[in-house]
Amino acid sequence: MDLYEHQGKELLKEYGLETLPGKVATTPKEARDAAEEIGGTVAVKAQVLTGGRGKAGGIKVVDNPEDAEKAAEQILGMDIKGHTVGRVYIEGGAEIETEMYLSVMVDRERKQSLLLFSTEGGVDIEEVAETKPEAIVRLYVDPLVGLQPFQIREVTFASGLSGDAAKGFGKTLQNLYKAFEGADASLVEINPLVVTKGGEVLTLDSKVTVDNSSLYRHKDIADLHDAAAADPQEQRAQEAGLQYVKLDGDVGILGNGAGLVMSTLDVVAQAGGEPANFCDVGGGADAEQISTALDIVTSNENVRSVFFNIFGGITRGDEVAKGLLAAIERTNIEHPIVVRLDGTNAEEGRRILSENTPANVHTEEMMLDAARSAVKLAKKGGN
Amino acid sequence: MAILVDDNTKLLVQGITGREGAFHTGRMIESGTNVVAGVTPGKGGQTADGGVPIFNTVDEAVKETGANASVIFVPPPFAADAIFESLGSDLGTVCCITEGVPVHDMMRVANYMRLKDATLIGPNCPGVLSPGKANVSIMPQSIFTPGNVGVVSRSGTLTYQVVNELTQMGIGQTSAVGIGGDPIIGTDFIEILSLFEADPDTECAVMIGEIGGNAEQRAAEYIQSEMTIPVVAYIAGFTAPEGKTMGHAGAIVSGGDTTADAKSNALRKAGIRAAENPSEVASLVADALGK
Repeated sequence: MDLYEHQGKELLKEYGLETLPGKVATTPKEARDAAEEIGGTVAVKAQVLTGGRGKAGGIKVVDNPEDAEKAAEQILGMDIKGHTVGRVYIEGGAEIETEMYLSVMVDRERKQSLLLFSTEGGVDIEEVAETKPEAIVRLYVDPLVGLQPFQIREVTFASGLSGDAAKGFGKTLQNLYKAFEGADASLVEINPLVVTKGGEVLTLDSKVTVDNSSLYRHKDIADLHDAAAADPQEQRAQEAGLQYVKLDGDVGILGNGAGLVMSTLDVVAQAGGEPANFCDVGGGADAEQISTALDIVTSNENVRSVFFNIFGGITRGDEVAKGLLAAIERTNIEHPIVVRLDGTNAEEGRRILSENTPANVHTEEMMLDAARSAVKLAKKGGN
Repeated sequence: MAILVDDNTKLLVQGITGREGAFHTGRMIESGTNVVAGVTPGKGGQTADGGVPIFNTVDEAVKETGANASVIFVPPPFAADAIFESLGSDLGTVCCITEGVPVHDMMRVANYMRLKDATLIGPNCPGVLSPGKANVSIMPQSIFTPGNVGVVSRSGTLTYQVVNELTQMGIGQTSAVGIGGDPIIGTDFIEILSLFEADPDTECAVMIGEIGGNAEQRAAEYIQSEMTIPVVAYIAGFTAPEGKTMGHAGAIVSGGDTTADAKSNALRKAGIRAAENPSEVASLVADALGK
């Protein structure tokens, strides 16, 4: 789960990191009031769960509350890479001396936390990694012992800071790691981390991703989910406990098992079609679960045909066939549905389907044939 | 021969009285696995279906029954604890089926594993099955047949798909290992591939990968430099968009080398047969075996 900048900052503040005063606003009027309260020069920043908002015009620096209101008017409702801006963050200004980069993330290969630091802040770290790799310090933290003082010293020396700024920087590192671990984050990125003329070390932007599997023990973080900003189909699927990702094509896809569904999208693309979604209905043959999934997939208005790809494992093919028939009856969908059923008792399952199916259901034995058929039906339906 | 589990496996089931644990214990016994004990804290002294004695702790179960492998079905909040408990009793092979174990829990487990002489498979995996010998998994035994192909995969249903097609072509398997779809897992492709390489009966290995991380690229290097048996690979997720989790917690494109294209290209560059779709895997295997 990704957090908005302001949510990430709230979280980091709880762990002792320093930020500038700021307030969230959802209307221009609120933005004006917030700017008034904070006083002086403020930044009006779009809150979106994607990068590149600065380039898209989603950040404006203004000198007075009137201009903050005008800026908020422009930014709210703006589309940034498919995300509609529903809230802005009004943040006070600071006299910045230097901008740096700091992050901690889960490193899958080492199975440890990876801390990245660079004196080149405010720019894309991937770019720095390419053009100036020597400017990046990377060190691994063993979760069994945590971030050690020598590691903090190593990064602090690399920062070139001294005096109070160095002390503040060391504290920031320590607190950042605590936040990363405490919040079960898979990524905490501060870019830029700034040092002010007065020697304060401040978090100017934050990107926090919290591990979905840990949300059961972080109710406060789970509650931050912005249902209004989510895609309606993805939101419904999430509430129903289904794995669903919306895509741009017209062939709706359902299957059992994440790997098989991913593979199903691929074969549809190889057959010349475009998948409309990813949807994993899980291992069982529960009619209600299948009908909910079918309903969500077909509620995407781009969908012209549906490809249901099932491999009967422990749940036998005949049970799946019965569950599917019950589900189709419930949903009354008219889209052409191609069902490919293979695995345990698949023949019996296909027989049940062919003897009882409504006219819009086609059965296939092979995955590739089924993909071709679903793509053809989508194209026909589109004409 | 088989890898990880075989005729000598004496299996302990952690979470044997839960819905999943009870159901799959029955299936594992049906497919001939020697299930010697179950553990559910507070239910020690009782007997599970199939006459399996239940113990309160793993330690007790191992002392009483000589169990040498464990399979874990406990809910996610308790999974790391269950793994630590089994490692504490020096069980050699531990399969954690549980899906949804927090990543930070798994980082602690994985780093503790470095101090132990044990193999952890999973979490979020279907387990390990050696046809005709032992089934320490939630995989359907009926689609397998004994033979000489080793299968290692990040995905359950894709394993079934590929194994089923192999079996239908008359190509059997030594063992199938689902290593799991999470970002942090106990055992990666390379460790399993090295077991297949060392197994005299495995004549060909199948590796099924997917988007996310770069384990497939590391495996490609290993295969090229260390392996003598042929390897057939398949990667899923060519159409996955960036930044979206595709079902498995670890299946997410987060940069250039985590895409299916990057992985397939790395495999081909290393001279490994990489299939375009799961159905092509079986014919590439047949080809590699000279059938």
